[in-house]
Amino acid sequence: MSVPDTIAGAARALRDGSVTAVDLLESVLERAHLTEAQLHAYLNIDRDGARAAAEAADADLAAGNDRGPLHGIPIALKDNMCTRGLETTAASQILAGYVPPYDATVVTSLREAGAVIVGKTNLDEFAMGSSTENSAYGPSFNPWDITRVPGGSSGGSAAAVAAGSAFGALGSDTGGSIRQPASLTGTVGVKPTYGTVSRYGLIAFASSLDQIGPITRTVEDAALLLQAIWGHDPRDATSYPGPYPDPAASLGAGVDGLRIGVVTELAGEGYEPAVESAVADMVAKLQEEGATVVEVSLPSFEIALSAYYLIAPAEASSNLARFDGVRYGLRVDGETTEEMMARTRGQGFGPEVVRRVLLGTYALSAGYYDAFYGQAQRVRAAIRADVARVFGEVDVLVSPTSPTVAFSAGARVDDPLAMYLSDICTIPSNLSGDPAMSVPIGLDEQGLPIGFQVMAPSLGEETMFRVAAEVERLAGFDARPEIPVVAG
Amino acid sequence: MPVDIDIAHVARLARIELTPEELETYRSQLGLILDHAARVQSLEGEPSVESSHGLGLESVYRDDEVEPSLDRDEVMASAPDSRDGYFVVPPALEQ
Repeated sequence: MSVPDTIAGAARALRDGSVTAVDLLESVLERAHLTEAQLHAYLNIDRDGARAAAEAADADLAAGNDRGPLHGIPIALKDNMCTRGLETTAASQILAGYVPPYDATVVTSLREAGAVIVGKTNLDEFAMGSSTENSAYGPSFNPWDITRVPGGSSGGSAAAVAAGSAFGALGSDTGGSIRQPASLTGTVGVKPTYGTVSRYGLIAFASSLDQIGPITRTVEDAALLLQAIWGHDPRDATSYPGPYPDPAASLGAGVDGLRIGVVTELAGEGYEPAVESAVADMVAKLQEEGATVVEVSLPSFEIALSAYYLIAPAEASSNLARFDGVRYGLRVDGETTEEMMARTRGQGFGPEVVRRVLLGTYALSAGYYDAFYGQAQRVRAAIRADVARVFGEVDVLVSPTSPTVAFSAGARVDDPLAMYLSDICTIPSNLSGDPAMSVPIGLDEQGLPIGFQVMAPSLGEETMFRVAAEVERLAGFDARPEIPVVAG
Repeated sequence: MPVDIDIAHVARLARIELTPEELETYRSQLGLILDHAARVQSLEGEPSVESSHGLGLESVYRDDEVEPSLDRDEVMASAPDSRDGYFVVPPALEQ
């Protein structure tokens, strides 16, 4: 039996009766069985829960209760989203064994849409990292080359989708944590407009930046998954009430007449030649299809990374104060409450989390606040002003998603600053709150995927997906990784 | 130039107990990261102050009405130590 490998294809096959939801689930469990020893995309596969959900989805569909395009589709969740009754660790020792008493809103939405939740995917601890090597439970690897990283922090979700051990997955993106791993694994990854997907039940990292979004194999699938999870939620205090755009409305409309801005600052030193030339080739093709292409300069992008590495750690140092050994998770005993808390946090947090909490604590501390945190907020305002100016001139901005293809495991673990530079193209959209997505456009000479980033103004998802769909069509990227199978 | 910071003071503020070797590693790494981050000080002028994101969303409060919440016993079951619906911790003050 041949099982389709996209959400849209599987949805059609379910309805013409050629597959069942149980078949779809068995196909991803078989892929996971063959590839997990090499990739470690998942922290926890919920076989029993997923089988029960797939059987229920089949029964529902047979009874004429069609819940829409995600009905019966196996979806993976990054393990920083709370799942009732299913361990949720954020890849941290401090949450080892934590079983949430509630579902995140995105999980509730997926269940109501009939999706089958396969399990929880690996990430950099508390989503802090760009390689999924900061997981307390061991790193994930890239399906295209198992000696390389899958990117991060949603590396497990991206690797699972690339390997076929999920039809789609959710990730979270604070500085590029959906788009950069999508780029490094040849998948589509979307950071929607800030405020459009509820963070209730997402373990918070930096709340003014965090956004949940889809990772899928195609642009159409990403639109289907996004539509299932976004919408107003009173449980998220910064949730957008509406109206929402339709990301799927213009998927086949092409780019004729659109104005596309190429960001001057996102090129040059540090960008691999293969990445730059693939992006330039795609821009030329878009121009041939009728788009107007202009170079645009956003000078504040040059210091976006510096601002991000003050704002995000500052917010993290506050958000992670809740992990103190009192209400849930690890406790390391001490003579006093304070000693217990300090020991719990010292032993429960991994090195990158400690680094960022210390950095954020420093940036917010008396005497340094204005020079670091206050100034970073002014840079953020300058980025918003720059972006607002150029979106008066162009419909979308484009750039590489990542300056490099997937790097070797271990290559950047001892150099935090080099690791942080992985996010240089993706961070501006988090600081501005605007949507952005990555689409695979080809492989370099080593066979490693290259991603193309499309950025749009807030609530500009319809145009962003329209351009992304055309990029996908022009690239004709349909390669799939060949993962060496280890016997047993 | 790496920024020189009093790392032991910062670790105390963050309530993270670290060994002297760990403190030294973080002191040197944070010094380099802050040197890079200090580029934010190159921004000239005072941009107009506005919301941090595009939709101008502000944190909102719901009406102060009692609604069903999570089950207390289920929530307390996650606690490392609890008694009669209370979290139990070591003494807050030294004897």
